Amino acid sequence: MDANDPVVKLDHVRKQYGSFVAVHEADFAIGRGEFFAMLGPSGCGKTTTLKMIAGFEQPTDGRVLLEGADVSQVPPHKRNVNTVFQQYALFPHMSVFDNVAFGPRAKKISEAETTKRVNEMLDVVRLGEFASRRPAQLSGGQQQRVALARALVNYPSALLLDEPLAALDLKLREAMQIELKRIQREVGITFVFVTHDQGEALTMSDRIAVMSEGRVEQVGAPQDIYMRPQTLFVAGFIGSANLLPGTVASVDGGVIRIDLVGGAQVAVSSSQCADSVDLAVGARVTVMVRPEHAILGNGSEGLAVSVTDTVFQGSSMRIVGRLSNNTEVVALAPIDPSAPTPVPGSQCSITWHATSPYVLGGWPETAGSTTTNVDSIEAAL
Amino acid sequence: MSGALSTRQRNGRRFINGVAIAAMLYLFAPIVMIVLFSFNNPKGKFNIVWRGFTLKNWKHPFASPELTDALLVSLKVAVISTVCATILGTMIALSLSRYKFKGSGVVNLFLVLPLTSPEIVLGSSLATLFIARGTTFGYVTVIIAHIMFQVSFVAVTLRARIRGFDWTLEQAAMDLGATPQRAFWKVTFPLILPGILAAALLSFALSIDDFIITFFNAGSLVTFPLQIFGASRVAIPPQINVLATMILMGSISLMVVGFVLGLRREKITLGTAKSSGK
Repeated sequence: MDANDPVVKLDHVRKQYGSFVAVHEADFAIGRGEFFAMLGPSGCGKTTTLKMIAGFEQPTDGRVLLEGADVSQVPPHKRNVNTVFQQYALFPHMSVFDNVAFGPRAKKISEAETTKRVNEMLDVVRLGEFASRRPAQLSGGQQQRVALARALVNYPSALLLDEPLAALDLKLREAMQIELKRIQREVGITFVFVTHDQGEALTMSDRIAVMSEGRVEQVGAPQDIYMRPQTLFVAGFIGSANLLPGTVASVDGGVIRIDLVGGAQVAVSSSQCADSVDLAVGARVTVMVRPEHAILGNGSEGLAVSVTDTVFQGSSMRIVGRLSNNTEVVALAPIDPSAPTPVPGSQCSITWHATSPYVLGGWPETAGSTTTNVDSIEAAL
Repeated sequence: MSGALSTRQRNGRRFINGVAIAAMLYLFAPIVMIVLFSFNNPKGKFNIVWRGFTLKNWKHPFASPELTDALLVSLKVAVISTVCATILGTMIALSLSRYKFKGSGVVNLFLVLPLTSPEIVLGSSLATLFIARGTTFGYVTVIIAHIMFQVSFVAVTLRARIRGFDWTLEQAAMDLGATPQRAFWKVTFPLILPGILAAALLSFALSIDDFIITFFNAGSLVTFPLQIFGASRVAIPPQINVLATMILMGSISLMVVGFVLGLRREKITLGTAKSSGK
């Protein structure tokens, strides 16, 4: 994977429907062989962006480049990208073999070559013995793999996947995540993957573009995005975080001192700070602390917390508490049989290592813990 | 289980079965009579009273040349008008269910009008139109008249059949490199073909059957229904029954063919068919 050899490049792409802007200024490149995810809540513009790469939508402004050539106005059937649709869109009147052979036949590739390629690809997705079946006779996971084979058999420059795992149940989804990675390694084709599931994006992708309300918030490797989010949205959307608003008190010798709303002052190394954050004295900033980085103490130092709830999670204990100004915070503590577990109603404190906190510009809409996870998003939808 | 049925339940069942049989009789008695009387040996010109069994009507089904000619006229009209109406109606149904365009609501309304307005109004107003334009009545006017109501019929039935068609299939085909034309002929068309055929068969039957609109626009042309209507005042030859029975058998065999094809398709999807590839 090489970002200097982009397969897909979005050059200041903008998509507008009437007065509604679906995508603002998407501007990033996807490298050869990369497993690239576009991640965001529904309505963030990720599917529209995918459709512009596939050719089903044309950008209002900007250009879509494929292998260096501007394809902004090229219709889908003349673009060398293929899509795996959310509901697979397999042709119900054709056998699995004919479904997969559809692309090569449309491109007038000889029948002998087509047969060879189709069988090869059916082996890659491990559906060799199902060639004569109809899609309706296959399980959801098998249909998914037919859709993959049908797209990959054309050796596209990039494979576009639109929420490919959304229609599968949880167990199958996890199995298909591994399967997708294996297939991608085997064929070495660039995968562009649209998902609203941050866990899926983190585990599968080489790089992620996080989108919100039509804007690309951040593009980067999963670790980067998790450890060094550039915006409050990314910090809250990827994993869970405690977002503690405050104002800059001083910047001195590589240390930022921040007065948290509610009283306490914390010091953060200036290397632990998002790019282009306004660090003028008095500027509004937010300190992010991941729950697994919050260390519970007995109250002599750090932020005082009154425990409201504890949840046993097997490998760890989830402790929910409130700061003195009623901001909710969450800490994940390892299970330690020798240490006393805090009980609801008790007082304790949280501290963290110097490398743990991260400073972001601005204030969050709601201070305190964010618990964005797929289940809560799906429940909300 | 069945031993546990109470008298009341048994009586209830008998009642339901009785009603069902009565309804079937009501539906099928006229058809049975048509078939039965094609074997009648009538005295005089009216095939109304049973006079004994004979095969002579069937040996000479085309003994009445006026009747045969009229049937041929009807078939000719029906074939031509059905082909035209099916092509036009299919295009209307496709565009209405695929695209939202300005005026699609109006088209929808106009589509239903010929189906809901009385035939006598359609027939007479169409005739007025032809007279005003000085058109000679004949094949052309009858075919135009039939296409008019068949188009609506095909479009409305087909639109109902393809409601819920997954248009991403066409997108998928184009995504795989098919031109829009190829995507239509290889994916959309085969999938909606059963619907098109069903609509075509029904509208064919409407054309063969039509009397009122045809009556106003036929001029000297005599179709099968017109011939029978005209003849019935002077004679009802048993050949009417023979030809009607033939038409009946024709449509039944079409239904059987459709059923068998459906069964075979089901078998394929159940995985009994072997071999991959084409």
